[in-house]
Amino acid sequence: MGSMFRSEEMVLCQLFVQPEAAYVSMYELGEAGIAQFRDLNPHVNDFQRRYVSEVRRCSEMERKLRWVAGELPEPPPPPKPAKCSLSPREINILEERIDYIESEIQEITRNARNLKSDYLSLLELKTLIEKTQTFFQDHSAQRKISASVQIYNNDAVLGHLGFIAGVVATARVPSFEKMLWRISHGNIFFKQAQIEEPLKDPVTGHDLLKTVFVVFFHGEQIKLRVKKVCNGFKATLYPCPATYKDQQDMLAGVESRIKDLEMVLEQTEQHRRLVLANIARDISTWMVAVRKEKAIYHTLNMFSMDIVKKCLIAECWVPRKDLHVVQKALDDGVKASGSPIPSILHNVPTNETPPTFNRTNKFTRGFQNLIDSYGIASYREVNPALYTIITFPFLFAVMFGDVGHGILMTIFAAILVIFEKKFSQTKTDNEIWNIFFGGRYIILLMGIFSMYTGLIYNDMFSKSLNIFGSSWQNVYSDNMLPNHTMLELDPKTAYSQIPYPFGMDPVWQFASNNIIFLNSFKMKLSIIFGVIHMAFGVTMSVVNFNFFRKPELILLQYVPQILFLLLLFWYLCILMFMKWTMYSAIATDPALGTSCAPSVLIIFINMMLLKKSEDKPPCRAFMYDGQDELQKTFLAIAFLCIPVMLFGKPVYKIMVTRKRKQQQYQESVEDGGTPENGDHGDAMGEMIITQAIHTIEYVLGAVSHTASYLRLWALSLAHAQLSAVLWQRVLRMGMGEPGVNSVKLYVIFGVWAFFTLAILVLMEGLSAFLHTLRLHWVEFMSKFYEGQGYAFAPFCFSDILENDDEPKAVETNGSPPE
Amino acid sequence: MACKFCGPKLSLCGLVLSVWGIIQLTLMGVFYQIGAVALLEDLPLEAEGGHHSIDSFVATVEAGYRQNAINCWIAALLYVITLVVSGHQFWMNNRSSVSM
Repeated sequence: MGSMFRSEEMVLCQLFVQPEAAYVSMYELGEAGIAQFRDLNPHVNDFQRRYVSEVRRCSEMERKLRWVAGELPEPPPPPKPAKCSLSPREINILEERIDYIESEIQEITRNARNLKSDYLSLLELKTLIEKTQTFFQDHSAQRKISASVQIYNNDAVLGHLGFIAGVVATARVPSFEKMLWRISHGNIFFKQAQIEEPLKDPVTGHDLLKTVFVVFFHGEQIKLRVKKVCNGFKATLYPCPATYKDQQDMLAGVESRIKDLEMVLEQTEQHRRLVLANIARDISTWMVAVRKEKAIYHTLNMFSMDIVKKCLIAECWVPRKDLHVVQKALDDGVKASGSPIPSILHNVPTNETPPTFNRTNKFTRGFQNLIDSYGIASYREVNPALYTIITFPFLFAVMFGDVGHGILMTIFAAILVIFEKKFSQTKTDNEIWNIFFGGRYIILLMGIFSMYTGLIYNDMFSKSLNIFGSSWQNVYSDNMLPNHTMLELDPKTAYSQIPYPFGMDPVWQFASNNIIFLNSFKMKLSIIFGVIHMAFGVTMSVVNFNFFRKPELILLQYVPQILFLLLLFWYLCILMFMKWTMYSAIATDPALGTSCAPSVLIIFINMMLLKKSEDKPPCRAFMYDGQDELQKTFLAIAFLCIPVMLFGKPVYKIMVTRKRKQQQYQESVEDGGTPENGDHGDAMGEMIITQAIHTIEYVLGAVSHTASYLRLWALSLAHAQLSAVLWQRVLRMGMGEPGVNSVKLYVIFGVWAFFTLAILVLMEGLSAFLHTLRLHWVEFMSKFYEGQGYAFAPFCFSDILENDDEPKAVETNGSPPE
Repeated sequence: MACKFCGPKLSLCGLVLSVWGIIQLTLMGVFYQIGAVALLEDLPLEAEGGHHSIDSFVATVEAGYRQNAINCWIAALLYVITLVVSGHQFWMNNRSSVSM
């Protein structure tokens, strides 16, 4: 309990493990995710480390698994949770199996490819034969050519001509024909016909357009030349019989071969699919096991090997509360390996700064992330995230206050939270969805608080709710009403003096001075909240001073700071409270009536500038007796605080060092040595400058940050006005006589709903979120937060498996950043 | 079974919008019917000075309230139809993605 108050205590441990027991111990530690290992071999090359061959083997297995996963037709099912680690023998078996699967699939693919190219050539041959039948029956051409040539007795002779038949890519046909023409000096006859449907390339799967051609020529030399040209243009030549009967026989043979081949191809494809389906079940589990193993060996590479004792030494940061888990992991490793030598866990006291670790659950993690984005807390400094859980949604809601929009936010976040198990299983790359889902508890709280502040401001989609009945009534007679467009309701007469029980009275939505009234209220509210928030922040530094044993700083830094803030700005808030309670419409003393209520801001400015105020009867100059003297006292004390802030800490440090030097001098005189003479001059000058910067920052910041909290007023005003404009300009267009107006209202409501979501909930919500974040980071945390720590990055399987797509450096050096 | 003409996102949008529309328009209709003063400015009233007596003003206001109430309820009814259509499309989209 109290774990979020400050970060956890960390200890530096040394582990002495036997190499056989190391694997099982590391597996358990990886599952637990509680130890951050330091690299004890920082100067060793990656390839010279002890377990480099194992890492390489794991990488190979991972590559093969990834390739096989790429061959699967659809994404594989998620991995089953592993019960225990794999022994080295099991890993060898797995490796062999993966090897076998990879080679099997590669062979299947290769066979399929060969079969497909055979199929392609058979198809081409079939088309060729079909098409050339028309060529050979074109007797007119034959007669023309045969008239001028002699008879040859070569193969592939049709009457007087020789011919070559083949298939070439359609794109090359024009240049092919031109080349043939040139080479043969025009003594060839070229016939072509395009294959209509494109054929599939067996290797790439693309569509190929091919053309069947027949070249008729006459003579042996031309035949050689034509063959050379065909080779050059990568045309495949086929033996085509000349006579019709031979062609039919060949066609029948080719067709039967095609049918056989189709059957074989289909069976091959089926076999491949079966093999892949069998693998698909287990492949995710194997992948997880291989990745875990690789992570373990990476971490084992960080250990140093003690030659003398023949054991591995590891250094890690562990939270003190989790030391027993580490001990148990070591014992389990020893038990599993059956080694007689136990593993030793040894605490190492050290002066190094440990990493900062905040134990969070799914609810607090969002808020902790908000704080960590500004800076990781220094080791064991007070953690602002604990208070952010409430202050963040509250300040957001002050800027966002609207019941309707709050309901929308709450419903959205509630759906995310109720179905969070289902949503967290679907992994998606959509950044915006991940951000919303990760912040679902923040959004839920913001929505609930917005409903509350919406009820206080009495604003629901820009309309006020009249739940309890208004406290104002009409005081004008019936004959006054028709003649006036605007009438004034004096609180003395029209107000029943019993305030509306919760929130703003709904009558204000009809008042033309609604904004003026609300401005005054919201501004004062913002300053009050701001001063409270900042005072809380300054007081947090006391917790830090107390914990880090610097009680003198409470007196030298905290007291002047808080006095400065409270005496000036909390006095301003007290003036506001007094103005609210002392002055009223029904006051009997005219000096306490509404026209005499002073401007708190003017009083404050006069106080700071030491201006005199005059009595303007019946109004008094001051709100209470002794105000002038009290204000001057406060101002004096506040100004006295400034030199204390400026010089307190340096003077104290000088006195402390002087006393220590005196003591050392005395001791060294007794011992007989020379006294040390460190140069404190530089350090002192630096400290004075740092303290001056801090003081100026604080004093000026007190003024500017207080004014900065007025953004609470500004954003809520903007939100209310935008909401009102949207209703009046958009939704009102759908009102009127029923009939066509109903359909118009149906459409207009959709438009109004869209703009409400897009502008008022999303855009204004994002804006209010950012301003709230800024108020926390700058105005609140600058009063006490150091934020110089570094995050605890434990060796954890779930982190590694999640970030697997990015090249995550598993071997992070565990030392603090220089 | 009619074919689906909306994708999964459009049908989900339609579903959410119809649910919101039904709830809000029904409530608005109820508030108009009981004469909630907050909604007074939405009524289609004639220009200032057009009323000669309180009674004619009150009669116009009440008529306006009734009109707007019926308007809202008819629009809510249209959103019920939209809900049925969107729900059907959403269910068909879910079914086809599961069965494949």
